[in-house]
Amino acid sequence: MGGRTVDMSDEKLLEIKNLSQHFKTGRKSLVRAVDGLNFDIYKGETFGLVGESGCGKSTTGRSIIRLYEATSGEVLFKGENVQGKKSKAELKKFNRQMQMIFQDPYSSLNPRMKVIDIIAEGIDIHGLAKDKEERRQRVYELLETVGLSREHAERYPHEFSGGQRQRIGIARALAVKPEFIIADEPISALDVSIQAQVVNLMKKLQREEDLTYLFIAHDLSMVKYISDRIGVMYFGRLVELASSEELYRNPLHPYTKSLLSAIPQPDPVHERTRRRLAYKPEDHDQSEEPEFREVTKDHYVLCTSKEFEEMHQQAPV
Amino acid sequence: MSNETILEVKNLSVSFKTPNGEVQAVRDVSFSVGKGETLAIVGESGSGKSVTTKALMGLLPAPKGYIKNGNILYGDEDFAKLSDKQMTKYRGKDFAMIFQDPMTSLNPTMKVGTQVMEGLRMHRGMNKEEAKKEAVRLLELVRIPDAKARMDQYPHQFSGGMRQRVVIAIALACDPKVLIADEPTTALDVTIQAQILDIMKDIQEEFETSIIFITHDLGVVANVADRVAVMYAGKIVEIGSVDELFYNPKHPYTWGLLGSMPTVDQREEELFAIPGTPPDLLHPPKGDAFAPRNRYALKIDYEEQPPMFQVSETHYAATWLLHENSPDVQPPASVQQRIEEMDGKWEAGQ
Repeated sequence: MGGRTVDMSDEKLLEIKNLSQHFKTGRKSLVRAVDGLNFDIYKGETFGLVGESGCGKSTTGRSIIRLYEATSGEVLFKGENVQGKKSKAELKKFNRQMQMIFQDPYSSLNPRMKVIDIIAEGIDIHGLAKDKEERRQRVYELLETVGLSREHAERYPHEFSGGQRQRIGIARALAVKPEFIIADEPISALDVSIQAQVVNLMKKLQREEDLTYLFIAHDLSMVKYISDRIGVMYFGRLVELASSEELYRNPLHPYTKSLLSAIPQPDPVHERTRRRLAYKPEDHDQSEEPEFREVTKDHYVLCTSKEFEEMHQQAPV
Repeated sequence: MSNETILEVKNLSVSFKTPNGEVQAVRDVSFSVGKGETLAIVGESGSGKSVTTKALMGLLPAPKGYIKNGNILYGDEDFAKLSDKQMTKYRGKDFAMIFQDPMTSLNPTMKVGTQVMEGLRMHRGMNKEEAKKEAVRLLELVRIPDAKARMDQYPHQFSGGMRQRVVIAIALACDPKVLIADEPTTALDVTIQAQILDIMKDIQEEFETSIIFITHDLGVVANVADRVAVMYAGKIVEIGSVDELFYNPKHPYTWGLLGSMPTVDQREEELFAIPGTPPDLLHPPKGDAFAPRNRYALKIDYEEQPPMFQVSETHYAATWLLHENSPDVQPPASVQQRIEEMDGKWEAGQ
């Protein structure tokens, strides 16, 4: 279902410019978790960010929402830089527009708080409810929006299953009526049948609330299903970016090819014949620093000028 | 793969005593595993798949968890009747286990080599020199580069994939007849997962090990399994060859599992999700436990537990839909379509 263009506009909601996030791991060693990232997210789309553990996809999400202070680079939200020094009021305004859903529905909910207070925390901080009654009504509404019921409001997180907890996390994110939600592996910890429920819910909410998503995941089939465009990360850098349809049909970077070829498909005969492609970073021409280039329309690949020429010539017209 | 049965589980029921009463985690489960065969057990959390294998290994947390009924037949023994002490003869030797998180099954304070040598010295009575040599061979077998040097390192110096290889090497140390792998690749990246699956398949081919592979990932099942058992609410609801399960599924729960994964060419707006959540096994429902979540449920599903209906010599499913008097119900269109798009050709009655 990638490549949906119905409610996707050309308006850039988020522009990530040369974003880097380096961590010091010792006196002399530096981990370049995210290294010079550039991409845009359009209003109303779902942007999927995939890659293997340690590639920097979660760090990217966390840097965008300022859970980490970026080492360098800019994140423009509706044209305004959200990185750097900000006043409290500015931060508050920004926090209302951008929310996050976490991977682990167990550690991301405070076990000592009732569901109503977990969900209403943002409402309280931003003063979105006039009185206690309005606050409660709003939480009831949110619970029903995410497929839970109002009776759940007075309970504690441990009384819920993983899927239900993830719904609570989604309700909490929605409480402040954000425009943009970063979902960091929101379904990885859930059972298959529950994953489908949560993905269906996220898609429904996107239509109804006009949301834009950054969907971070390592499960490539689900990412393809939910995303309009996908960026593939490898060692802190984007190696390929294209519409999800295009990326799966016509992967160009050897790492993307190897990643796609490694996914087992629920199809035994296919599995008996599937050939895995190995990625060898040393096969690239080391004499030239690769750049992010547009090989065909809206399809970007990290490549050297020579690789670019080759891909460009082979590209279907 | 031969037809020789190495392990047979008959009418196994496992329960847990809790302050609220008896939780019936596994309810009347029967299956067998052939020599050199991989049986995959699929199901969601709480379906009883892990508890079943823990019962096989004699690893139920006593006295809370206990085998209520049934037999686990291996050779001349019935594991269900053996004491914990008697089980030590088999556990880790004839039966070895690999867990999801390799870090929790390795000792962080012990050198990797020592941990591999432990089983060799205990079960196979090797002296230190022999064990050392054999351990290096095992680490090479699971394709750990520079195995000799890695012997002296600690688990934290290994990556997740490398750790899982160590765990496999330890499991192989005593030349097990049955290897139980509980979500061994779930915590790993896809490229690493592929390597581990390859290693396991090579080992199986070489040693004719039987593997019981627990997973919730149907892609992995299609890759590794010869036969598949689908578990729901403590019961096996469908069992058959891997081709039968994927190309000719009969149970609505199996349809739901297949439908809730998007295909590469998924076009529909919505995934075919199974509504609701699994039942509470403290009070298993009367009739078919899946009925409340089953859009094809018949009236009888709420009254009586369906028996296993035979579909073929190797394929069985516990759904009333297979009864001769039941209406003709086909899998949902999205599931039919996805089967049609698969590479495998399947014709009814095959």
